Amino acid sequence: MAGDTMTREASEEFVKRAEAQKTWKSNWNNLSNFRPKILYTPADVAELDYARDLGNPGEFPFTRGVYQTMYRGQLWTMRQFAGFGTARDTNARYRFLLSKGQTGLSVAFDMPTLMGLDSDHARSLGEVGREGVAVCTPDDMQTLFAGIDLGEVSTSMTINSPAAIVLAFYIVAAERQGVRADRLRGTTQNDILKEYQAQKEYIFPPKPSMRLVTDSIAFCAEHLPKWNPVSISGYHIREAGSTAVQELAFTLANGFAYVEACMAQGMEVDAFAPRLSFFFNAHMNFFEELAKYRAARRIWARHMKERYGAKKPESWRLRFHTQTAGCSLTAQQPENNIVRTALQALSAVLGGTNSLHTNSYDEALALPTEKAVKVALRTQQIIAHETGVADVVDPLAGSYYVEALTDHMEAEAEAYFRRIGEAGGVVPAIEQGFFQREIARASFQYQKEVEDKERIIVGVNDFIEADEQRIEILRIGQGVEDEQVASVKKVREGRDNVAVKAKLDEVRRAARDGSNLMPRFIDAARVHATLGEMIDVLRADFGEFREPPTYW
Amino acid sequence: MDRKIRVLVAKAGLDGHDRGAKVIACALRDAGMEVIYTGLHQTPEAVVEAALQEDVDAIGVSILSGAHMTLLPRIQKLMRDGGLTDVLLTGGGIIPDEDAKELEKLGVGRLFGPGTPMREVIEYIRGEVGRRRATRATA
Repeated sequence: MAGDTMTREASEEFVKRAEAQKTWKSNWNNLSNFRPKILYTPADVAELDYARDLGNPGEFPFTRGVYQTMYRGQLWTMRQFAGFGTARDTNARYRFLLSKGQTGLSVAFDMPTLMGLDSDHARSLGEVGREGVAVCTPDDMQTLFAGIDLGEVSTSMTINSPAAIVLAFYIVAAERQGVRADRLRGTTQNDILKEYQAQKEYIFPPKPSMRLVTDSIAFCAEHLPKWNPVSISGYHIREAGSTAVQELAFTLANGFAYVEACMAQGMEVDAFAPRLSFFFNAHMNFFEELAKYRAARRIWARHMKERYGAKKPESWRLRFHTQTAGCSLTAQQPENNIVRTALQALSAVLGGTNSLHTNSYDEALALPTEKAVKVALRTQQIIAHETGVADVVDPLAGSYYVEALTDHMEAEAEAYFRRIGEAGGVVPAIEQGFFQREIARASFQYQKEVEDKERIIVGVNDFIEADEQRIEILRIGQGVEDEQVASVKKVREGRDNVAVKAKLDEVRRAARDGSNLMPRFIDAARVHATLGEMIDVLRADFGEFREPPTYW
Repeated sequence: MDRKIRVLVAKAGLDGHDRGAKVIACALRDAGMEVIYTGLHQTPEAVVEAALQEDVDAIGVSILSGAHMTLLPRIQKLMRDGGLTDVLLTGGGIIPDEDAKELEKLGVGRLFGPGTPMREVIEYIRGEVGRRRATRATA
C-alpha cells in the first residue's frame, strides 16, 4: 500500500500542503477548542501499541470496550429518564415506556426532592412536580413503582445530596413488595462533587456530603451487590457549558476523589471500585464524543491499576451511561432535534456506551410529551436493529483520526489532573472556584462563537425560518401540587409520630458518632419519616453550603 | 451623562441551572452595564431586597425549573410593594409562550427563550431602561 511506504516526513509534508489550501471558513475548532488537522495519516498513530493502548475488548486498558462481545452479547440498556407530576403520573409514564420496549427505568425527581425539601415546605411552592416527580415519603416511592416488580427492573435515580435517603426509600418500597435488598439492581447518581462544580443541587458542605457518599458506597458493597451506589457524572458539567475535554477530565478527577475518600475510610479498593459507574454527555461533535468515551475507559483503567493498585479487572472497567446533549437542542425548528439526537446517540453507541437516554425533540420547550418520548426511544431501536453499527465491536478502532484524537484527549485530561493536583485536589479546587470558572469561561466563549457565526446552529443563527409552526407541549397543572401536598399531610397524620421522633433521633446520633447512616435512614423510612425531616436533622449538624455568587 | 445601566441578574427558586444567567451576566458587563449577580437559590424576597439595595434599573430573572408562574408574579408584587415601579423586570429560561403572555399582562417584561442572541437581550434592556429614564425625567 502506498500509505505504508510513505515516510513520516512525506506524510507530514503532504498534510502541511493541504492545510495551506484555501478553505471555506477559518475556525475548524472542535468543541474543546482543538483544531484537528485536515487529514490524519499513519504518521499520527506511529507510536500506537495495540496491546498497551487499545487491548482487546474486555481486556486492559478497555479502550475498545468493557466486554468481550459488546452489543452482540447484549445491547445497551435503553433507559429513558422520566418524571413529572405526582408519583402516580410518573408511574403511568413508566408503564407506557416499558410497554414500548424500554429495558430500564430512570427517575427524574422534582426540584424540592433534589434539594431535600418536602412538597409542603414553603420553598417548594410552585416547584412541586414541575421538573420531575415529587417523592418525599417512602409511600410516594411505593406509588411510583406500583405494579412494577423491583426484583426484576433496573432503576436509575438522578438524585445527589439526598441520595442515601432516597435509596433508603427505594429499599423500603421493595421490602413492601416482598423484594430483598440484595436483589435490587440500579443506580443512584449520588455524585455530589459535580453538584458543586456544575449542577448546583447541593445542601451540605463538601466534607459531610462526601461522608454520605462513602456511607452509601460501603453499605451497598455489603448489602446491595447489584447496585451502583454512585454514577460519576460528566453530563451536568457539559450541560453547564464545559468543553468535551473538561467533561472528561473533571469527571474522572471526581471519580478518583471518591476512590481516595473510600480508601481513606479504610475500604479495600477492589471491594467497592467494581460498582462505580459513570455518566457522560453525547454532544454534537461526532468524533470528539466517541474518542472521549474511548479515552475515558483507558484513563480509568490505567489509574485504577497503576495508581490505586486495584487487582480485579472489574475495578479497572469504566462502565457508563450516556445521555444526548440537552443543551444542544433548539427551541427553533424543534423537529430538527430528532436528527441531532440520533447523531449523538450514534456517537455514544460507536463509543461503546452501556446504557443510553435519547432526548425528546421538545425538551428546549418543556418536559416531553408521550409522542416525543416515543420517537426518542424509537431512535435507539433503529440504531440497534436497522443500521448494523452495533454488530461489530469498536468498529472505528485503528482510524488514524480516532486514535490520534483519543490520545490527544487523554493527554489533555492528564494536564487537567495536574492542575487540579496543584490546587490541592478536587475539594480545594471547588472551594477556589476552579471548575466553576473554567466552565463559565468555556460556555461564554462558545456563546460568543455562536453569536459571531463562527459556529452555525441550524435554525438558530442560520437557516432561520421567520414563521415557525408551534408544536404541542406538555403542561403540568397546579392540581399536581395541591394533590401532592395533601398526600404528604396524610402520611404525617396517619403514622406513629413517637416512633418517627425516636428514629430521627437515631439518625442524629449516627450523624454525630460517625457510624454508617444508611441503616438509620432505612429504619426511619420504615416508620414513614419524610425526606425533609431527615435532611433537617442532618442540616442542623452538617450545616449548609453557599456558593460565592460570581459569574466570571 | 447618564449613569451606567445597573442590572441585577437573579436565580430565583430552587433551580440550579446557572449557565444562561452567567453567560448573560458576562454579556451585559461586556456591553458596559454594571452587573450584580445574586447567586443561586434566592427567594423572591431576597431578589427584591437586593434590587432595592443595589438601586438597579432592571432585574433579569433566570428560571428553568418551571416555577415561573409562581416566582415571577411574586417578584412583581414585591417590587410594587417596595416602590420599584420603574424598574424593569425581565428574564429568561424554559418558559412557554402562553405563560410569557400571561406574565406580560401582569407587567412583566420580555422573557427570552433558548437560542436568543445576547445582542437582543442587551438592546432590549438598553431600550427599556432608556425609555423609563426618559419618562421619569419628563414626569
